[in-house]
Amino acid sequence: MSKFQVNLKINNLAIAVDEGTTILEAARQLNFNIPTLCHHDDICVAGNCRVCVVEQKGSRLLPAACATPVGEGMEILTNSMKVRQARKHVVELLLSEHNADCTRCIKNGECELQKMSNEYRTGNNQFISLLKEKDKVIDFSSPSISKDDSKCIRCQRCVRTCAEMQAVNALTVAYKGNNMRISTFLNKPMNDVVCTNCGQCINRCPTGSLTERTYVDQVFEAVYDPTKFVVVQTAPATRVAIGEEFGLEPGTRVTGKMVAALRRIGFDKVLDTDFSADLTIIEEGYELLSRLKAALVDGKAPALPMMTSCSPGWIKFQEHLYPELLENLSSCKSPQQMFGALAKTYYAERMNKNPADMIVVSIMPCTAKKFEANRPEMRGSGYKDVDFVLTTRELGMMIRQAGIDFNKLENESYDGMLGESTGAGVIFGNTGGVMEAALRTAYEIITGREVPFSNLSIKPVRGMEGVKEAAIRFKDVLPEWNFLEGVELKVGITHGLANAKLLMDKVKEGNTGFHFIEIMACPGGCIGGGGQPLPTTLAIRKKRASGLYEEDEKMILRKSHENPEVKELYQSFLHQPLGHRSHDLLHTHYYSRKKI
Amino acid sequence: MKNKTIKKVDLIFEQVDHLAILDKTLNRSSEEIILDIIDSGLRGRGGAGFPTGLKWKFARNEDSEQKYVICNADEGEPGTFKDREILTQVPEKVLTGMAVCGKAIGASEGYIYLRAEYNFLLPMLHQKIDTFNNVLKEKKFDFSVAIRSGSGAYVCGEETALMESMEGFRGEPRNKPPFPTSKGYLGKPTSINNVETLVFALMIANLGPKMFKELGTFDSRGSKVFSISGDTPSAGIYELELGMTLEDFVNEFGDGDTKAVQIGGASGYCVARKNFKSTVIGFEGIPTGGSMMLFNSSRSMYNILRDYLEFFEEESCGQCTPCRIGCQQLLKGVEAVKKGLKPPSYLENLQRLSETMKIASKCGLGQSVGNPFNSIINNFREEIIY
Ligand SMILES: Cc1cc2nc3c(=O)[nH]c(=O)nc-3n(C[C@H](O)[C@H](O)[C@H](O)COP(=O)(O)O)c2cc1C
Ligand code: SF4
Repeated sequence: MSKFQVNLKINNLAIAVDEGTTILEAARQLNFNIPTLCHHDDICVAGNCRVCVVEQKGSRLLPAACATPVGEGMEILTNSMKVRQARKHVVELLLSEHNADCTRCIKNGECELQKMSNEYRTGNNQFISLLKEKDKVIDFSSPSISKDDSKCIRCQRCVRTCAEMQAVNALTVAYKGNNMRISTFLNKPMNDVVCTNCGQCINRCPTGSLTERTYVDQVFEAVYDPTKFVVVQTAPATRVAIGEEFGLEPGTRVTGKMVAALRRIGFDKVLDTDFSADLTIIEEGYELLSRLKAALVDGKAPALPMMTSCSPGWIKFQEHLYPELLENLSSCKSPQQMFGALAKTYYAERMNKNPADMIVVSIMPCTAKKFEANRPEMRGSGYKDVDFVLTTRELGMMIRQAGIDFNKLENESYDGMLGESTGAGVIFGNTGGVMEAALRTAYEIITGREVPFSNLSIKPVRGMEGVKEAAIRFKDVLPEWNFLEGVELKVGITHGLANAKLLMDKVKEGNTGFHFIEIMACPGGCIGGGGQPLPTTLAIRKKRASGLYEEDEKMILRKSHENPEVKELYQSFLHQPLGHRSHDLLHTHYYSRKKI
Repeated sequence: MKNKTIKKVDLIFEQVDHLAILDKTLNRSSEEIILDIIDSGLRGRGGAGFPTGLKWKFARNEDSEQKYVICNADEGEPGTFKDREILTQVPEKVLTGMAVCGKAIGASEGYIYLRAEYNFLLPMLHQKIDTFNNVLKEKKFDFSVAIRSGSGAYVCGEETALMESMEGFRGEPRNKPPFPTSKGYLGKPTSINNVETLVFALMIANLGPKMFKELGTFDSRGSKVFSISGDTPSAGIYELELGMTLEDFVNEFGDGDTKAVQIGGASGYCVARKNFKSTVIGFEGIPTGGSMMLFNSSRSMYNILRDYLEFFEEESCGQCTPCRIGCQQLLKGVEAVKKGLKPPSYLENLQRLSETMKIASKCGLGQSVGNPFNSIINNFREEIIY
């Protein structure tokens, strides 16, 4: 249905736009850029920073372009003298309360306030500094996120992200007036509140107020320590995003360059989390099949639907909010942690290394992985399985600091044993990817045939809708899977914790009909993770997702169970899925974190 | 235009047979009720002065199953204490005014948002409300009143912050549009009116618009309840006809040594003696939600300004930049000028800033800080500097 058209003029140019369009959107259609700070396309309108104010003919007030819908006959000026003065004042005011320690700030060069201040040439700020020493205390309590109030401009983008996209509400506005700040429940440190460490707040913070805890120096120190054998693993979603750190289009596939860069930095072995993603599919697939068998053959009542456990933000969310459903969670560790546990056992053994002298570093699109690596359970090898977790952004920083001209690097390949992967492992980085990988393998195990989707692309589980559903019926199954003959497997996929919450409420009521649910904490899955390059928008996430699907299609092997290194691992070490060793190294348990 | 001298009126506190007025109103159509209010020229008594009849008409014209009436009894403006008195003395008139509004716009629920400091009125109000609701039930008029206790912040008197607060959120003003008449409480069309406005509406419904129109001036019809305080021998609450000059007012209420009057509370304007004669109290001159604060020559205007700025610095909800930081800069700025840390010319920078706050802030709070600031600086510059 075509919408009602509204005619207006912006800077004396006439335009007709759909009813309900904001002045900001209309101006963008005419290629007029209105600066914004509190606005972010992913979240609801706030209209509080006031940097986007414009002049409206006939109005005494300057409306906020982001929050004001167009009206018939409106005449808008986006850069009048009045507007310029107001805008400059807003930037100057923000700077007067800001800890403008730009040269030392991790966001230097990426800070939206800095950019605006530069654009408006605020020069010597006329106003009195309002920054107080006590505000400069940074909250370092969380292993994932650091929070520096002295850099906060109170735009509430983090608050809206945490509430709307993630339904977590860890961050909230506290106090009013000159004391107003972004705080947590009872002002507790980040580590003590219900925070999933997903880092989506970081992705939308315009300044250096919310950033990841960075471990770049520690990793360099390990790399340069001759007594340490340092291996690095790279998560699926990093390979289509790291290029953005070097000016490439989102979604550009730079796997080979990333491997080359890591090698030049000095890692002893460059390995791939995609390998352990494939492994996860085997373990998790068998876990699902054993639950189905328990239900259909043994007449037991196993916890169904089973839910994926690759996303540590989601795990912590569930531990806080739905502890009664923890049984439903797959006991599989995430690919990062499976990798770490194997690196310091299987790999160390075969490489003749003392695991005590090994350092495992992960490059992740995720900030929650930093927390996950620190969980006390994640020491299956007898050591801390994963020593340091860096985000994709931190890897960008490392590459720059090491003086490597990323874009000119020749492609290189991963090292072996924990470095081979299939297209199924690659798509783990997308929402629906784990499900697609699992179906490719499960269907084939059960029926001996490939999944009945053209080019192995299971389209119904792809895409950015909040909740996706699919069903696949097993027919003519292999004899050992007789109990699944004619059974229709129903699966659900969701991403973003607010969506997950909606789905979990239905699961609690017991009426989803799903057998298996994939849940990723971040929008779009890991490609939209809290550790990915900035900025983030839906368009950028879609490009990264396409990048991963392309990568999958270019692979020779596209089914996890065909990964030769995974096969070798089972033959010579694990012996069988869900076996004794798997149990010790690849599976874990969860805790209720419910406070009341 | 000819200005009137002081004339005391008794529409608000006069005891009336509210149930008779209710019966009379329920027999009329909503169009008729609204036309009378529009005709009377009644404008909101909460500060902003929006024409009440129009507000009701907008709310009535919305197509919605559910609509709400809210009586704004947050009365947070420094120097205002008339709503408390109205609620104490003629609570039935307020309740009936709400029912009249409900009838006019087609709402079935009304809420009184009561300033937290007035919670001592709750037992009495609950009792009156119970009785009133029962009467409405007997009359088979689908309307009931409930009461909500305020959250203690000045900004919660701002209509959209008030609705956020009623919905259980932080009292932060919303973006407008949409206005409350189309999307108000719980997203439904809502008419929010000041306590006094509702009582005037009731009296107009009772006596017709003519008597109201005959009072006041073209722009400022009717009378208004004033809260008079400060250096005056006769502090208190008075209902006066609108349109008098400040000189007449000061002659009546001043102590003989009045050097300035702050009209409209902290967010209003300061008028100095030299302008008393030319200042009309009303929408054509200086409007007021009711607060009139008189200052005699013993008062330091610097201290008064600083007190106001301290108030705003704390009471800003803090969400928008011009207001949150602007208030702090104005306060720190005048202090710095006073101490000689900034040159007197810095006051001009601050006045330019206050102009930005006036046009770029999100709500009426930030938009009005410039009123006291500029009027005090312009009139009493030397007191600020030296
Ligand atoms: C900061 C601020 C505080 C306000 N406080 C009150 C108040 O305490 N009582 C009131 O009636 N209106 C108050 N208002 C005005 C309301 O927003 C609104 O205009 C009024 O309730 C409408 O009623 P009226 O049309 O009857 O005046 C305030 C406005 C602002 C900006
Ligand atoms: S003007 Fe002040 S009170 Fe109003 S929204 Fe902005 S910060 Fe809040």
